[in-house]
Amino acid sequence: MNWNLFLTELISGVTHGSVYALIALGYSMVYGILKLLNFAHGDVYMVGAFIGFGLITVFGGPTALTVNVVLLLILMFLASMLGGGLLGVMIERFAYRRLRNAPRIAPLITALGVSFFLENAALLVLGAQYQSYNSFSWKNSPIALSGFTLPAGARISYAQVVVVVGAIVLMIVLTLFVQRTQTGKAMRATSFDREAAAMMGIDVDRVIVVTFFIGSALAGAAGVFNGIAYQQIWPYMGFQAGLFAFIAAVVGGIGNLPGSVLGGLVIGLAQSFSIGYISSTFSDAIVFAILIAVLIVRPSGLLGRAAVQKV
Amino acid sequence: MSGPDPESAPGPADAPKPQIGADEWVASHEGRRQLGGRIQRELERVPRPAFYLTFAIAAAILPVATSDDYIVRVGFDTLLYMLLALGLNIVVGYAGLLDLGYVAFYGFGAYGYAMLASPKFGIHWSTLAVVPVVVIATALLGFLVALPSRRLVGDYLAIVTLFFGQLFVTVYQNGQAMTLLGFSRQYDVTGGPNGIPNLDPFNAFGSSITSLRGYYYTALIVFVIALGAVYLVDASRTGRGWRSLREDSLAAELMGMPVNRLKLLAFAFGAAIAGLAGTLFAALNTAVFAPDFDTPTLIIVYSMLILGGAGSLGGVILGALVVNVSLEVLRTPNHATWIFYGLLVVTLLVKLRPWRWLVGVIAGTVGLGFAVHAIASAWWPRGVAGVTQSGGTLGNAMAHWVLLPTNAMEMANIAFVILVLVVLWLTTLHGWVQKVALAPTLYLTAFVWENRLVVEPSVTRLILVGVILIVLMNARPQGLLGSARVEIV
Repeated sequence: MNWNLFLTELISGVTHGSVYALIALGYSMVYGILKLLNFAHGDVYMVGAFIGFGLITVFGGPTALTVNVVLLLILMFLASMLGGGLLGVMIERFAYRRLRNAPRIAPLITALGVSFFLENAALLVLGAQYQSYNSFSWKNSPIALSGFTLPAGARISYAQVVVVVGAIVLMIVLTLFVQRTQTGKAMRATSFDREAAAMMGIDVDRVIVVTFFIGSALAGAAGVFNGIAYQQIWPYMGFQAGLFAFIAAVVGGIGNLPGSVLGGLVIGLAQSFSIGYISSTFSDAIVFAILIAVLIVRPSGLLGRAAVQKV
Repeated sequence: MSGPDPESAPGPADAPKPQIGADEWVASHEGRRQLGGRIQRELERVPRPAFYLTFAIAAAILPVATSDDYIVRVGFDTLLYMLLALGLNIVVGYAGLLDLGYVAFYGFGAYGYAMLASPKFGIHWSTLAVVPVVVIATALLGFLVALPSRRLVGDYLAIVTLFFGQLFVTVYQNGQAMTLLGFSRQYDVTGGPNGIPNLDPFNAFGSSITSLRGYYYTALIVFVIALGAVYLVDASRTGRGWRSLREDSLAAELMGMPVNRLKLLAFAFGAAIAGLAGTLFAALNTAVFAPDFDTPTLIIVYSMLILGGAGSLGGVILGALVVNVSLEVLRTPNHATWIFYGLLVVTLLVKLRPWRWLVGVIAGTVGLGFAVHAIASAWWPRGVAGVTQSGGTLGNAMAHWVLLPTNAMEMANIAFVILVLVVLWLTTLHGWVQKVALAPTLYLTAFVWENRLVVEPSVTRLILVGVILIVLMNARPQGLLGSARVEIV
């Protein structure tokens, strides 16, 4: 067995999977509370990536940075999370709030419209060409290329380390927030039963805003992670990534946070191994097959609990 | 138009309005007191098929009335979109299922025709054989796609179909070297990025359709037949079954409706119509390429359906007509500018009451423009030194009013982002503050339009489509001709 290829695909799959998992968490949180598939979520991720790119440009461009790279990374995360979060809150406020009690299909179509609007507005403002994070350097070597060599000859780059560690840190913070804080408790309660939560004195509007903010902030961070690990960003990147993250959320059990992370890893690994071992053009088909298989065998997802429909 | 339109997005209700779902009379309440309401009631007495017949006659006259092939071509595209919207109307409008892989069926139909009537595999079947085979195959495909999600809620169907649509494009785009599992021989199935060229024209009994007008009439006949079929199905037991599961599938199931079978049937029916439209598209263009069946097409068809009103056959015709013709007009900057300002003025006329506010806002906007222009030419000459992008009489006139900076692109990009934010903020205001803020917003809109949007018609069109979906869903979810749905709680 070729361990080099296996490890390379494993590392790449985990990296990809971490990005998917971060996006999927936002989908899942919003779905848990509003039962809304927020198609615009992938485009928040795209905007996050561009905010990070904007900061790199402001500080001298990738090859001639004027600030310490670690400081810049931290700044990029803060800015993209804040920007993404605010964008998410605005989308909720202006596009979805009015439709909270409308027939199910209305917010879905609105979400499609928001996604399409964001993509094309970005195309207008940012231009249609690919932009590149272009490996800003760590100790004079680009972080996406240099890194550690593993025993079997496979390499793990600094960028991949940053992405995986960063994603894990964010997930731990999110778990602590949801499990330990008052607001987190309110979120769980609202997700369990919105009406009952409102009757217990929970400000549901505020909980929804917070949920959108956190979910979208994670997507913004995922955008920067993607830029660091894979360089290329462009206005339409959100649709594809959003779709896979979506499937990750469904495979893991939509509305279930650990499930989203698991789903993200499953999809990332499936994609990466099918590219490595089968065919790069049909890796999408394999992901589709996984989705269908999960829907047939375990419709509520790997970790999801079957929903009881209340009448 | 840029950003959500300030006027058609409603502000929060100033006064308690009748609630849909709580008051049964809401649907007809709005128009009752006015002349419009009376006309509407008179029109409702005319049987529906009379409208469709009028439309068909008008459409049949079009190629005779004009000698311009371009117009006939736009007419053909519009008919094709009507056919697509008609199929989508069954799935979304009647059965209430969100099908986001709809254009994949359209593409499947087009590729199906391409494979059975082209030199690609050396198969040259007669159209009378190809079309039924393709339509049935597409219906079967629709059936298969819907099958895994039949027991699940609509959201899962949306995901499966959305991904299916993506998968379709990816596979057909890369289908020039397919391998069977375990074999190394590669087969060229779809031509990959080169598509399939040199398709046969529609042919039967030794004669074939080669002219644009011929295809126009074919499309018209096909559309009218499909419309008639859908009209009859809608009135049938199946149609009522679809609507019952749209309104409340749980209740429908309890009433003994075969919910799963109805869903699959709606899906297959919609897919079949998309497949039919695909064969027409392929035959006229004599070539097929996978990117034609990607998400933008889907969103455009959705915006047609939503604009016209999901669930309404007249809405399908109107929606496709309005959207496709406006998107087509937007291609030429000169025409687009007229449409753009016309639309702004009409929206103001409709939405701004009483009249003195309307006059005030328009006068304020015009005055503000001249003032800004005068100040800029005195203090910031670069701000007026740019060239007009839209051209034409109106564009040239606008050059005396709107700022045209030399670095138009950067300025207008920033202005566009600001405009979107301002419009959103405007929807949260009420009363006179909102109206006073309207004038600068309008001026900003004109600025963004003249400097940026008009330069990029292809992107502007898509932005417009997105805005249509968002604004309509928030302001008038039933569309132009649809009737308001009563949500049962």
